[in-house]
Parts: sequence; C-alpha cells; structure tokens
Amino acid sequence: MSLADGVRLALRALAANKLRTSLTVLGMVIGVAAVIALMSLGAGAQASIEANIRGTGSNLLFISPGVQSATGGRFVDVSATSPTLTLADAEAIRDAAIPGIVDIAPTRNTNASLVAGGNAFSTQIIGVTPSYAEVRTFQPQAGRFITDDDLRRRARVIALGQTIATELFPGQNPIGATLRLNNQTFTVIAVMEESGQATFQSRDNQALVPLTTLQTRISPSRTLAGDDIVSEISVTLADEDEATIEAVTNEVSALLRLRHDVTEDDFTIRTQQDIIEALGEVTGTLTLFLGAIAGISLLVGGIGIMNIMLVSVTERTREIGIRKAIGARRRDILVQFLIEAVLVSLGGGIAGAVIGGLLATYMGGVSFGGRSLEGALTPEPVILALAVSVAIGLVFGIYPANRAARLRPIEALRYE
Amino acid sequence: MESGSQENGNATPVVRVQDLVKTYHMGLIDVHALRGVSFDIGKGEIVAIMGHSGSGKSTLLNLLGCLDAPTAGSYFLDGELVGDLSDDALAAIRNRKIGFVFQSFNLLARMSALEQVEMPLLYARDRQRRQRAEEALAVVGLEDRMHHKPSELSGGQQQRVAIARALVGNPSMVLADEPTGNLDTATANEIMELLVLLNEERRITTLIVTHEADVAARTQRVIRMVDGAVAADDLTARAESGV
Ligand SMILES: Nc1ncnc2c1ncn2[C@@H]1O[C@H](COP(=O)(O)OP(=O)(O)OP(=O)(O)O)[C@@H](O)[C@H]1O
Ligand SMILES: [Mg+2]
Repeated sequence: MSLADGVRLALRALAANKLRTSLTVLGMVIGVAAVIALMSLGAGAQASIEANIRGTGSNLLFISPGVQSATGGRFVDVSATSPTLTLADAEAIRDAAIPGIVDIAPTRNTNASLVAGGNAFSTQIIGVTPSYAEVRTFQPQAGRFITDDDLRRRARVIALGQTIATELFPGQNPIGATLRLNNQTFTVIAVMEESGQATFQSRDNQALVPLTTLQTRISPSRTLAGDDIVSEISVTLADEDEATIEAVTNEVSALLRLRHDVTEDDFTIRTQQDIIEALGEVTGTLTLFLGAIAGISLLVGGIGIMNIMLVSVTERTREIGIRKAIGARRRDILVQFLIEAVLVSLGGGIAGAVIGGLLATYMGGVSFGGRSLEGALTPEPVILALAVSVAIGLVFGIYPANRAARLRPIEALRYE
Repeated sequence: MESGSQENGNATPVVRVQDLVKTYHMGLIDVHALRGVSFDIGKGEIVAIMGHSGSGKSTLLNLLGCLDAPTAGSYFLDGELVGDLSDDALAAIRNRKIGFVFQSFNLLARMSALEQVEMPLLYARDRQRRQRAEEALAVVGLEDRMHHKPSELSGGQQQRVAIARALVGNPSMVLADEPTGNLDTATANEIMELLVLLNEERRITTLIVTHEADVAARTQRVIRMVDGAVAADDLTARAESGV
C-alpha cells in the first residue's frame, strides 16, 4: 500500500469518528500550545533582559568588590563582608591612563525614600560622577546632568528616572522643583530619558545624585583607612576586541592588587558578555523548566492518543481480519494505524502551534507586576513542537498499531 | 477416491493436501478438527465440501486459504509447499492466489462496492485497480451499484461484491464457506449460478462449503467430511453426464 493510499485511508477512519478524533486532537493542541506559549515567553524574557543589558552601554567592563560566584552573576556577592573598592581605586585607574580605557564611572547605590508634596517613592539612589551619562549611555531628557561643580560642592541636586518623575510630580514640570530625601531638600535638575525595559531594577525607577553628595549627606560609607567606598566602577573600552578586554582586565587587576596589597583578587571584573551569559543561564533554565511543565501536558496528549488507538484497534478487529484475509501484510496494517496516530498528533501539533503562537503574541502585550512580558515567537519551538508531536504519534501509536498488525487473521475474522 | 483430479492427468494440481491434521488445544482437551485429510484438486475444478456441523469443513477451508496453519501434514498450492512460510509470505499468497467468499460477506461498512473490490489490488500495489475493480463488478452484474455501501445493498448484492473482490486479483482459486447460507433460496440460486458460470467461463478453481444438496449438485465433485476426515470423494451426476 502506498503512503498516499495510507493517508487517505487514515483520514477516512478518523472522519468516521469525528467527535472522538477531535477530542484526541484537542489533547495534543493543549499540550503543544502550552509548550510554545511558555517557551516563547521564556525566550522573550531572555531577549528583553539581554537587550536591556546591552542598552546600558556597549564596550563595558564592570569592577565590583569581592569575589563573586561565577553563575550567580553580579547579584550574589559571596564575600561582600569586606567591601574593598574605593573612590581612590577609581581615580587611580583613571590616572594610570591604561591604553584601551576611554572613561570610567564609579558609582555607589543606596535605598531611600523620596517625598514631594503628598507623594512618596521608595527607590534606589545611585551616586554618580558626570562621566556616568556617557559611560552608561543614559542621558537627561530634560534639564542638565550632574556636573563636576555639583560633585565638588556636594550639591543637593537629583536627576530622576521617568517613572519617579511622573509618580512624584504628576502633571507638573519637575525641573527646578524640590523634594525631600532623608529630611534634606534636593533640587531636581533633570529627568532622565526613558530606558523602558525592565531587568531586575528598571533605570526608570532610579534617581541619580552626585557621588560625593551620597557619600557625605545621604549614606556615608568609608573604609577603616577613611577612603570612600564605591559599589561598582564601570569602565568604557575603546573597542570590543577580545585583546583589548583582556589587556585592560590584566592591567586593572594588577593595579588593584597592588593597591589592595593582595595576591588573590578581592574584586571581580566582568564584561557585559559575562553578565549576559550568567543571566542567560538563569533564564534558560527557567525556560526549560516552563517547557518541561508544558511537556507534561504533551505527554498526557500522547497517552490520550494511545488510549484511543487501542480502543480503535479492538473495535476494528474484524476489519483487520478482513484486510489480512485479502492480503494485507503486517506492515500494511502497522502503517495504517501508525498513520492514523501521527495524523492525530500532527494535526494537534499544527493547531497547537498556531494557538501557542497567538498566545505568545497576545501575552506579549500583557504586563505582569508592572513589567511587560515580551513573547518572542521564534521558529525553534514551533519546529520542535511539530517534530515532537510527530514523534509522540509514532511513540504512542506504535504499540496499538503493532497490536493490530500482529493479530492472527483467523482469530480477527472470528471476532464479534 | 481421487476421481476428481484424474481427468487432469499429470498436470500440477492447484491444491495437494497430504495427511493434513489440525488439533485445537482447549485447556486440557484436544479438539481434533482434522485427522489426516488428503486430496488433490485440479485446475478448473469446482468442488463442494459437505458434512455435518463440526466435521471440520471451515477448518479445512481456512487452512487451504492460508488463514491458519495445520498442526501436521503438508499443503502444496500450485505445486509450492505452504509450510513454514512467514506471515508476510502467507499474506502475499492470500493476496495473489486466493479469493475468499464468506457466509457473512465480510465487507467493510464504510466503503463503497468499488472500494471493497479495489482493496486486494491496493495491497498488491496495482496501478490499474480502479479499472480492474470496475470490470470485476461488471462481471458480477453490479456495474450500476458501484458507489453503494454495504448498507445500501441487498444480501445477494453484497455477496456479489464479495465475489467480485475475490475474483479481482485473478486468484488460483476461490474458497467459499457457505456463501449462500445467509440468503433466501432464489438469491442463493443466483449466487450459485454466478459461481458456476465463473468456473465454466474462466476456469477458476472453486471450493464451496455447503450444507445444501442442490448447491452441491451443481458442482463437479463432492468431498464429504465426517468427524475431521474425508468419508467420500465422488464426482457428481453433473460431472459424469459431462455437462
Ligand atoms: N478456534 C477453535 N478453537 C477450538 N476448537 C475449534 C476452533 N475452531 C473450530 N473448532 C472445533 O473444530 C471442529 C471443526 O469445526 P469447523 O468450524 O471446521 O466445523 P464446520 O464443519 O465448519 O461446522 P459448521 O458446518 O457448523 O460450520 C469443531 O468441533 C469445532 O468445535
Ligand atoms: Mg463452518
């Protein structure tokens, strides 16, 4: 029997039991749609995180205190008990004029509440230097950025992220307005451009103050030697070449080790790629986990197919006997039932891929916890889902089909 | 006793069975359905197999049709030993050499007459199956019922479809197990007439299991079974009168 004949035959057999076929297909549709929707969401999250990190500026190196775990990325600081990076370190790096370094931007973070009129906003305050805007490619949309003069005078000036600006000053122009931070009055000098994407802390939720102001007026933090502590030093490189990255990393490490008088690094230098990779591992695991959960429903769909095929083989025992009596070989019967199983699973797979794709696209517009989730409908999960559904048809169809194929003709013919 | 095949001289018989034994094991009891059956059937013969219920007629026909394997004994079909052939080889034999006609028609409910008749050719991968199926249906007089499903046909018409299906692959022989058992007398006569006609015109070797003497009388030879053995094997009056 040719494949085309087999498909024709299978379609007729499936059409003879429309309700039963539809319900079995539905089981597959749900499984495949779930896999595609969840995997797409996972991939979308991954893509938006990556874009977000890249959006913070290219050619960047990040120096942070303490030795950090490789996979935990920057957010798990295993030896943060003795922070070791200081403003003096940052100045030393700049003064060393290491070839390949364009600019550096030391920062320190703290949390505080901002109050303006009746509105309050609890958020991350970052102490920055004027170079921050260039280094992290984050410019004011209105007003002016923090200057060297602000830094020298430890000025009580503040640049607000978009979200804070609209929360604290709804319907007003915040530039020149004042707000309270730790019971001190700060003047708003800028509203920063929208950065949009959300990683773990949206830049639209951050407020920037001069680093010296943070150090002296908001949250003083010094080493025993009296040096100002910084949370991170961002370094802009001249280019993204491996060689440049390596040379700069070596020079900076040598310099810091010398300054800290240590043989083992007590700091960590990461490239943007390192961060993306570390995060990619986390989101990749998450995506797989979501996929696995959805995969269970796919498995249930497969079991549904097997169940129905077994019923069908029993019901059609006599038909199998007749076919064998007129010359159907084992393989003919096997293929006939396998094609039926695969058509059901593939049909479910295609419908599921369409529905899953729609879900991923639609859910892309829905926001969860203030963050909008992007669905990224890539061809991979679709191809994977279709391949998997064919495989499911084969795997769960082979047992019933084999059972049909092995029936003894004489017994099948006698079956009532 | 082998009178039926003598007229064929030394040509290879279509069927040669020797000491065919079939024993069913039912738990502790052995049922001896066939206890050593031997005969030849020559090309173009039309033979009736008669006997009381339980005498082993259907068992014999199933063995001849390669639907079942004997417990002992040998069976040559067209001179070829059908012994330890594989399932697939037996399927090929059923497909090419044997046409079945059953008492209960055994048609597939969902298919039109034409499709039923095409089915053996489907498994034979015959490209001209449509045309051949139409011809076979014309031979049994159903050219105007080709697209009817079994539920839209009378019993006699259904049996004609089954006969067309048995014929369409040009088999070495047609095996019919009580083909008229489910039909009224008039229709039974028509079906018998058709089988006899096909045998006469196309020299199709035909074996018919029947309980009815008047059905047997229209064949050339009657094999009588008693308790799993051949009790008599005679030419009929029709064969002796040379019709
Ligand atoms: N599958 C089987 N298992 C056990 N015993 C069987 C089986 N098939 C047939 N028999 C037994 O073998 C013997 C011959 O049966 P068979 O069907 O060949 O008889 P038959 O001559 O065709 O009878 P009938 O005229 O009623 O159709 C009977 O005793 C029957 O009970
Ligand atoms: Mg019988």
